[in-house]
Amino acid sequence: MTNISDSATKLNSLNRRMFILAAAKIIILGGIVSRLFFLQVKENKKYLTLSDKNRIREWKLPPIRGEFQDYFGNTIAGNFEAYQLHIIPEEVEDFRYVIYRVKELLELNEKQFKKIIKKKNEIKPWETLIVADNLSWEKFSKINNHLYDLNGVKPVISISRDYPYKENFTHILGYVSQANENDLLTNKNIKEKFVPGLKVGKTGLERSFEKKLIGSNSVERYEVNAYGRRISQLAFQKGDKGETIKLTIDTKIQKLTNKLLKEKAGSICVMDIYTGAIIAMHSSPSFDPNSFVFGISQDEWQLIRNNPMKPLVNKSLSGNYSPGSTIKPIVALSALENEIISPDFTVQCKGHENPLELYGETYHCWKKEGHGFVNLREAMKQSCDTYFYEVARRLGVDRLSVTAKKFGLGQKVFKDIFDNEKKGLVPNTEWKKNALGRNWVLGETIITGIGQGFIQTTPIQLCLMTAQIANGGYKIYPKIVANDDNQYTDKFTPLYKKSRNIKIVQDAMFSSTNEVRGTSYRSRLDDPKYRFAGKTGTSQVKKITELDRELDLKTFQIPYEERDHALYVAFGPYKSPRYALSIIIEHGGSGGTVAAPLAKELFKMIVDRHEIRKNYDNKKYLDI
Amino acid sequence: MYQYRRFNNKNGFLQKFGNLDYILLSCLLILGFISLATMYSTDGGEVLFHTRSHFIKFVVFFSMMLVISFINIKFWFSLGYLSYAVILGMLIWTINFGITASGSKRWIDLYFLNIQPSELMKIFIILCLAKYFHRMKAQHVNSFYSLCFSLIIIFVPMSLVIIQPDLGTSLLIAISGIVVLWFAGLNHKYFFYSCLLSIISLPIIISFLKPYQKLRVLTFLNPDRDPLGAGYQIIQSKIAVGSGGITGKGFLKGTQSYLEFLPEKHTDFIFTLFSEEFGFVGSIILLLIYAIIIYRIIRIGALARSYFAKLFCYSFGTSIFIYIVINMSMVLGLLPIVGSPLPIMSYGGSSMLATMIGFGIVMSAKTHSEQSIA
Repeated sequence: MTNISDSATKLNSLNRRMFILAAAKIIILGGIVSRLFFLQVKENKKYLTLSDKNRIREWKLPPIRGEFQDYFGNTIAGNFEAYQLHIIPEEVEDFRYVIYRVKELLELNEKQFKKIIKKKNEIKPWETLIVADNLSWEKFSKINNHLYDLNGVKPVISISRDYPYKENFTHILGYVSQANENDLLTNKNIKEKFVPGLKVGKTGLERSFEKKLIGSNSVERYEVNAYGRRISQLAFQKGDKGETIKLTIDTKIQKLTNKLLKEKAGSICVMDIYTGAIIAMHSSPSFDPNSFVFGISQDEWQLIRNNPMKPLVNKSLSGNYSPGSTIKPIVALSALENEIISPDFTVQCKGHENPLELYGETYHCWKKEGHGFVNLREAMKQSCDTYFYEVARRLGVDRLSVTAKKFGLGQKVFKDIFDNEKKGLVPNTEWKKNALGRNWVLGETIITGIGQGFIQTTPIQLCLMTAQIANGGYKIYPKIVANDDNQYTDKFTPLYKKSRNIKIVQDAMFSSTNEVRGTSYRSRLDDPKYRFAGKTGTSQVKKITELDRELDLKTFQIPYEERDHALYVAFGPYKSPRYALSIIIEHGGSGGTVAAPLAKELFKMIVDRHEIRKNYDNKKYLDI
Repeated sequence: MYQYRRFNNKNGFLQKFGNLDYILLSCLLILGFISLATMYSTDGGEVLFHTRSHFIKFVVFFSMMLVISFINIKFWFSLGYLSYAVILGMLIWTINFGITASGSKRWIDLYFLNIQPSELMKIFIILCLAKYFHRMKAQHVNSFYSLCFSLIIIFVPMSLVIIQPDLGTSLLIAISGIVVLWFAGLNHKYFFYSCLLSIISLPIIISFLKPYQKLRVLTFLNPDRDPLGAGYQIIQSKIAVGSGGITGKGFLKGTQSYLEFLPEKHTDFIFTLFSEEFGFVGSIILLLIYAIIIYRIIRIGALARSYFAKLFCYSFGTSIFIYIVINMSMVLGLLPIVGSPLPIMSYGGSSMLATMIGFGIVMSAKTHSEQSIA
């Protein structure tokens, strides 16, 4: 009996507890179901996105860079197919074996090999390791033949920069090279479009027009697994090539400037005096920008960097030179405009025995014997220093600086297109007080009159100055990009008070080149079609001492660094001027003997090319 | 009457056959089919190792369950202590001579198969305790002696499994044991006080946990603290389930698992894959099948005559329920990650063997529901 009641108690308790648990189970099951509902129905969108983010990965490909063309549509910076070798370390089973095999096949030396290994250790395992960026066709096909043995090695045909004219356009275009950290930090565009191996402009127009040139990335969308391995391609979105930029440069003339400046340090600028189009602009010595595209070797870099002629400096824009006598047209013009002198104003130049003396300082003319009595035209023609000392003394530096600035000296010619352009310096009394804290001295006015002392100009400024004198004294804005649609409201506004004054200066410059005793008479062209007018200049690098004057050494007897810079500015053809140029040869000697002869050769070609250029403008050129 | 029934039980094979619970059987078969399909999906839509192996195990163990169904429940009653002792011996053997895999010794090599005794213990501890409480008088259930004895029965295998180390399985063993204690009528206050005690001592327990286990708890509390490391599994699992939506991505189209974002997709996380491919609807159907199975087990228990059979069925049904809940809560991010398979669905021979033995005994209780045990 007890047994029965006992088992009944036990069964009762068991069933009661089962009931309690059953209720609990239903509640818990409800909890699980609601959790499922929450995840799968309510939050479904969120997790679906996360799942897609998981499985879809995008690969950006390097964008195709826009090209540069010269005025006639010739490509001066283009693209070519470079054969490259890529490895994604993660996807290679036995990296050591593969890399040694590649080393063998490409005949890499120890140094190159170590560089690759170092690069491999720097990148993440799923990033692309570029083993070789510009293989020859032979090596590329060799690799392709051995691919069965090189699991994970990817031969890639990549688009890369090519400069067909090598050193001719280096200082205008600059060059491209692998983007570095600094590029990414400073340029948002580059950061957005960055892929390993992306080449970006480092200097020149390549850098300034990065935004237009860079283009947009092609995008490959892949489904990937948890380890990042690509399973299948889902989409390919083609990117746009960068814009093609057309320049105003004439390659023929540019090449001539390069030829003329061979073995010399200096610069030549040629400009259309009405449109302001730069026809040629070259700085010598130059270098081959192609060697920067895939990274320059240390030896080559040292060679360029340590060259005393400074190939890395764009002398046309960032070379600050004393203008020497090439400033004289501005001095004369300023004096005429301010009615300090008339063209008939005469000064006696007495030579070295009786130099101009002022407060104990003596000021010599370059000609030992002196020029005798000279008026404005004679003084310009023979570049008489004594005459301009006197004019400058009467004019004063402040009035001179106003005219000089009006004609484009002392300020950047290209605004912000080139980041290495220098402003030069046109001094006046206020500037000296502010910058040096001392008062202007009259002696400084006098030497400014012959373009020495504080005054500094760049070759492109001298070219612009000459152009604005040549076009009759109207303001122009130089441009290097052909369809530069900047509209300047003050374009062609007169820079003179009396246009007769401009004519007088033009005529004086004509005499300097085309009349006997003119400083550049020997470089003249007699054919009226080519005849040009110009002004020589010889700018001193160091002050001439009494000893130097007595020794009267020839240029080649002086150490290179102490030789004078030779300058020449000119415009032509004289009967209806169209082009202006400036030539500077560093440490070349006198402007008349070194710089002016180059102008002779240049003008022959410039005038001939003018016809072609004009016809090309009218589209006749293409129809022929 | 008694003689008659006894005679019938001994010889009535056909009657036993007719007494099988066909609803439970068909649910198990459906579940087996679903698990095979899911396994096929984890193999990437091919019949590879896991699918084949799972198929063989399911067929063998399902047949074994049918065989067990025809063995008298008395036999299992008499085997209660012995089987427990054998499994305990196997656990000790495991500690000394077990196969080490991924940092823990869980398997023993039986030449033809590797077995995980801790999984078997989950069932046999129920058997052992059910036998123990079957004989006990109601007033002795809450005696100090019986309490100590049953706690020893629970703690010995539990500690043997903990040192493997395998915290998940040891907890499941403990839960199985505690479930039996609950049904046996142990006073509620014990459960209440031990709950209180474990909550109070939680910080101390945590300080005894191994670093990786601590990490799991921290990860559970905030999966985003290390999304690619410790939190990876749970985050990816939630993404897979969540992205399934109402109707799922379709069979063999679960991107999370196909693209190998899911860890342990064959075993503990199999529900994630199923849920990704079949969505909310599929998951509910799966839960429903499990619910029917548990309901049938409890119903068999309710209809059984002997206290032992009842106690075993109730405890086994509840344990299965808890295994399911723990596994699902884990993959749904409701509980920290502990190694606990989903019964029948997960790949793993020992777990399948243990579960099928359990179902066999339940089925035997059904075919011998009139059997009383002295």
